[in-house]
Amino acid sequence: MTGLTLFEKLWRRHLVAAIDAATGLLLIDRILLHERTGGVALRSLAEAGRSVVMPHHVFATMDHIVDTLPGRTDRTLMPTGTAFITTLREEANRNGLRLFDLDDAGQGIVHVISPEQGIVLPGLTLVCPDSHTCTQGALGALAWGIGSSEAEHALATGTLRVRKPKTMRVTIDGALGAGVTAKDLALHLLARFGSDGAKGHVVEYAGAAVRALPIEGRLTLCNLATEFSAFSAIIAPDETTVDYVRGRTFAPAGAAWDAAVAAWGDLNSDPDAVFDAELAVDAADVRPMVTWGTNPQQAVAIDGAVPGPSARDPAAAHARALDYMGLAEGQKLADLPIGGAFIGSCTNARLSDLRRAAAILDGRQVAPGVRAICVPGSTAVKRQAEAEGIDAIFRAAGFEWRESGCSMCFFAGGESFGPGERVISSTNRNFESRQGPGTRTHLAAPEVVAASAIAGRIADPAELA
Amino acid sequence: MAEPFTRLTAVAAPLLRDNVDTDAIIPSREMTSVGRDGLADGLFAGWRYMRVGGREPNPDFVLNQPDYAGARILLSGANFGCGSSREHAAWALAEYGFRAIVAPSFNPIFRGNCIRNGIVPVELPAEAIARWVAAAPAIHRVTVDLEARTVAAPDPIPFAIDAEGREMLLHGLDPIALTLRDAARIAAFRAADATARPWAYL
Repeated sequence: MTGLTLFEKLWRRHLVAAIDAATGLLLIDRILLHERTGGVALRSLAEAGRSVVMPHHVFATMDHIVDTLPGRTDRTLMPTGTAFITTLREEANRNGLRLFDLDDAGQGIVHVISPEQGIVLPGLTLVCPDSHTCTQGALGALAWGIGSSEAEHALATGTLRVRKPKTMRVTIDGALGAGVTAKDLALHLLARFGSDGAKGHVVEYAGAAVRALPIEGRLTLCNLATEFSAFSAIIAPDETTVDYVRGRTFAPAGAAWDAAVAAWGDLNSDPDAVFDAELAVDAADVRPMVTWGTNPQQAVAIDGAVPGPSARDPAAAHARALDYMGLAEGQKLADLPIGGAFIGSCTNARLSDLRRAAAILDGRQVAPGVRAICVPGSTAVKRQAEAEGIDAIFRAAGFEWRESGCSMCFFAGGESFGPGERVISSTNRNFESRQGPGTRTHLAAPEVVAASAIAGRIADPAELA
Repeated sequence: MAEPFTRLTAVAAPLLRDNVDTDAIIPSREMTSVGRDGLADGLFAGWRYMRVGGREPNPDFVLNQPDYAGARILLSGANFGCGSSREHAAWALAEYGFRAIVAPSFNPIFRGNCIRNGIVPVELPAEAIARWVAAAPAIHRVTVDLEARTVAAPDPIPFAIDAEGREMLLHGLDPIALTLRDAARIAAFRAADATARPWAYL
């Protein structure tokens, strides 16, 4: 008998019933909600006369709409945003869900707080009506993003009807070079294999370079799997994972912990497991990256230039992206003056991200004319950063230091950098108008954002070393 | 639940770009109420209107062209519906009147959202779609036949769709009601699982 992939093991463990040859009814262990879509799902459930079947396995947080300015309240800069906050609060309370409200020490971006508090665990199934739920596969869970209707289904039944995805292994051998991060690796994969490179597959990231990543780096790598059009991403749990999870608020303890660790020992793909697709990358080929266009696949090494059209970026799409971005073919990315610098999001706003950025900012000043903002990924990250004096470094450099939330990763009608403004951003999407109408987003790692904020143009942190 | 879909002949509007993301389909700024309704006006707002927040039609955008008035089928490029999982994208398309999207590939979350909202995701090679569009304006009308699993303009081309998705669409089924029929089986599975995996339970 052929061996099983990690995904197959998780699928079988959770398979309540086969619906047909391609679809299974899967047990769902954890459901996460946020105020953008959580309130509507819960309200719609109630309107249908249904209730939440496992309320103590459902967690909700305020991250998408809530302001990140100090002194925030239910009132939001986003017009009509208050209703999203109050609806989720009412519905979460009515259903007895654990809610991390505005003033809760556990509040933060859903994909930051869940690993931080041990809500996601190796071997669990976890869903959330948010595309970046794949982030949490970094812990060895089968975690994927769903729509609101599916969220209602999961809440009402504790299961989902899932079309079984194909499997892909992406093996990254070798070691990432100095100053090269998980974000650069993820952008490298997108640039090389395209934004539908993993089309509908569950991607297992494997290889020495993945094993060497700390959990926060693994979370960043898995975060961008949705940009790869993957069903989700997963990394087999190892000692690094177990060490990370141990002692966290919602992690098992005592005898349950021992049983968990024993069970997690089998959470890996068997040596003879066969994947539907395999990709391989040498980590040594990865350079610090920056995007030039309006799709995350449109990325080059930071000392590179805007490329010409290609099979993946045919003439019309290429021209459209350059027109929106105000760029010309052949232009060096590192020469581009910026007006905004943003460190935040479920991609790159964890403590290690802020520490690395702070190391670059320490004793330096943001260039005149650059609006620089740091939004910690969670309230816990913010408080720990403050305890370490990281906030003082950011502030002294000229960064705004915010409360936690998704903030300016996307524009919901509230804050924006403005039309035509060029922004270097540690986020995940450079789509047209993602950060505001007409705003031109360049995605990069937090250290590139920090170095660029200081230089006043897109800059390689190595220049400042 | 969504209206059942068996067969539809309708005007097909070409929006032949790869990677049309859900931020483009319905910008976050257009999602102003806690609900599924009132989204059709915001559909493709960034491309459809002259100004942000305005409603003056951009004559260059396909849905504003008289040839494509009343379109109920959308033709597009690869990786359609990428980006945010917001089901508002499917709600906005459905409310506008779209019942089928023909594209070379779909983002997996968006594809699921379509099926739950009565929109048929038809996967067809880019070349076939490009051929039709090159033939426009002669071919504005396309037939999507979900029973036969073909799409025709006018010659039928077969397309693949999973059995579960097809059933849901053909009969406008409510998947929650279907699953709840198995509530006892799910409860028994969970009880056994709680013994096998005590660490997974809070």
